[in-house]
Amino acid sequence: MTYLNQLGVDKSLDLYRQLLLLRRFEERVYNMFLLGEVVGTVHQYQGQEAVAVGMCDHLSHTDWITSTHRPHGHAMAKGVSPRSAMAELYGKATGCCKGKGGSMHLGDPDVGMLPAIAIVGGGNSVVIGMGLAFKLRKTQQAAVCFFGDGATNEGAFHESLNFAAVKRLPIVFVCENNLYGASTPYNEVSLVPDVAERAKAYGVPGHIVDGMDVLAVHEAGGAAIASARAGNGPILLECKTYRYIGHSRSDARGYRTKDEEADWKAKDPITRLGGQLIGEGVAQSKLDELDAGVEAVLDDAVEFARNSPEATPEMALEDAYA
Amino acid sequence: MTTTNTIPMVAATAQHAEQPERKLTIAEALREGIAEEMRRDPNVFLIGEDIGIPGGFGGAFGVYLGLPEEFGRERIIDTPISEKAIAGAAVGAALMGMRPIADMQYADFLFECMDELVNQAAKMRYMSGGKLSVPMVMRAPVGTTNRGAQHGQCPESFFIHVPGIKVVCVSDAYHAKGLIKSAVRDDNPVLVFEHKMLYGSKGRQMAGGLDLTMHVPREEYLFPIGKAVIKRPGTSVTVVSTHLSLYRCLAVADELAAEGIECEVIDPLSLVPLDTETLWASVRKTGRLVIVHEDTLTGGWGAEIAARAADECLFSLEAPIKRVAAFDVPLPVAPIMEQTVVPNVERIKSVIRGVCQ
Repeated sequence: MTYLNQLGVDKSLDLYRQLLLLRRFEERVYNMFLLGEVVGTVHQYQGQEAVAVGMCDHLSHTDWITSTHRPHGHAMAKGVSPRSAMAELYGKATGCCKGKGGSMHLGDPDVGMLPAIAIVGGGNSVVIGMGLAFKLRKTQQAAVCFFGDGATNEGAFHESLNFAAVKRLPIVFVCENNLYGASTPYNEVSLVPDVAERAKAYGVPGHIVDGMDVLAVHEAGGAAIASARAGNGPILLECKTYRYIGHSRSDARGYRTKDEEADWKAKDPITRLGGQLIGEGVAQSKLDELDAGVEAVLDDAVEFARNSPEATPEMALEDAYA
Repeated sequence: MTTTNTIPMVAATAQHAEQPERKLTIAEALREGIAEEMRRDPNVFLIGEDIGIPGGFGGAFGVYLGLPEEFGRERIIDTPISEKAIAGAAVGAALMGMRPIADMQYADFLFECMDELVNQAAKMRYMSGGKLSVPMVMRAPVGTTNRGAQHGQCPESFFIHVPGIKVVCVSDAYHAKGLIKSAVRDDNPVLVFEHKMLYGSKGRQMAGGLDLTMHVPREEYLFPIGKAVIKRPGTSVTVVSTHLSLYRCLAVADELAAEGIECEVIDPLSLVPLDTETLWASVRKTGRLVIVHEDTLTGGWGAEIAARAADECLFSLEAPIKRVAAFDVPLPVAPIMEQTVVPNVERIKSVIRGVCQ
């Protein structure tokens, strides 16, 4: 029995819809950025959607995630409202962080997502305190820490993995290995080919997961989160994935080949799950209908952001201290 | 500052003068304040290196001795030697509503976790649009003790530059207890700097530390963060200092009184927020200001007070504002060099005399 069959078609369709939400959200952001409506810079998530969706689907709003400078996908997967997220990218007062976080600090505590931490490895050390709080309070909450391959050469990655291990904290560390830290290939900066292998140094189970397959991430993520909740300590999942676009808006991707990009796009997580669903007898029109529904949500989000009140100068001086 | 309790917020030991003397060291006062907060609030816990190991040190300066026996090692959490993990754990737990008291063995080690303090603890509230808060305390011992350049720095000034963090310096047992309790209850990250020569242990006294036991009331009290205290009233010159330098200033004040120079010595206690009301009232009265700190001169917190005093009190000043600080070199070990670098009694005396001429 395949994992899709275990989940059932309805659940798998929901995962498909979520993947589309993440992809289409980023497409909108790209367009709005080019129109000059989204301020600052953006680091986008196209290609990596299976990781956020496969993990966050197991989390409730009382579970927490930490994210990175590339947080839009995590925010959508964790349940941040598209309206408040888009308004945040527009720098509007109605944004989930009142326009103070923006793209790189997108998040919403109301749904269990810290403002994203845009210092590489920054979330790794903060997440251990969240796991520690859950353990001390004896709740069944879990935390998921998303980070890139680049973070694995930061001290925070190592100190935190070791700390989480010796304290048996309910945390799943999810490395999204998209092969490049900005422009630098991972194999130039580590002699250990797989990040998962590094977990062994701390007595932590490390598993390699196909990060282009939402069902694979969902299956591995479900087991890892359940194990962490049960008090077995942290697990590291290395999701092998790829970002289709540049590191940030100014990146022309000269450090990698078009062939490599084409190879990874051939593994596209949305196309893949769509094909599997059609194989299960789902009509293409059903998939199109989900897509149209997502587009309508995003139409509404953009309209909301455009029509929202601007942040005020006075707001800039609020919220530094409690 | 949480003020929803009925505990008296007292501002001077005089209010307790009718009680029998109960002399505590700073270390004992901190321990008592921490224990009271841990009994009151199950969200309070301690985290750091060598703080609860059976047969261990009770923290690098013994502040936590006896606490593991009362509270258990689940709330006195020993860590690997991983300062980023200690600070990160404190930030994350505070974000989840707990009230961690994190421990740095030496303030010099704060540089190991600057990201967690400066980029995370200080900014999470702001970045979240006020939805989150980070009610954590970080204790850090400062001050030179013949241990050289990496175990004696006074890095308070690095942190006064960071919006979102409060900075407290404790210099006596009474205020240490009242302030550590206020710090635990504060909804912001609070860095509490203590001087190693002021903890009051016998070993420290043999090494030149002061006997600083003083009366600490038995009943519960808080001392507010953001309130300075006038340690010695005077009319000739305002002298602002913290930690060990404060006691040197008080000794100098005694000597200069014989020459007719009456120093008003103020312990700011909190550098952020700064009690400018008390400071400027004194400067306007005396017309002279000398700031003394063990941190290095350039960009030290004395520069900030001097700049603000020039802004607020310029037309009350009768002499240039002076700073007495460590010279801008790393700390040497040899006592004669070390005591040359940090503000010593002779240097303080000479500068105060100079502005009073």
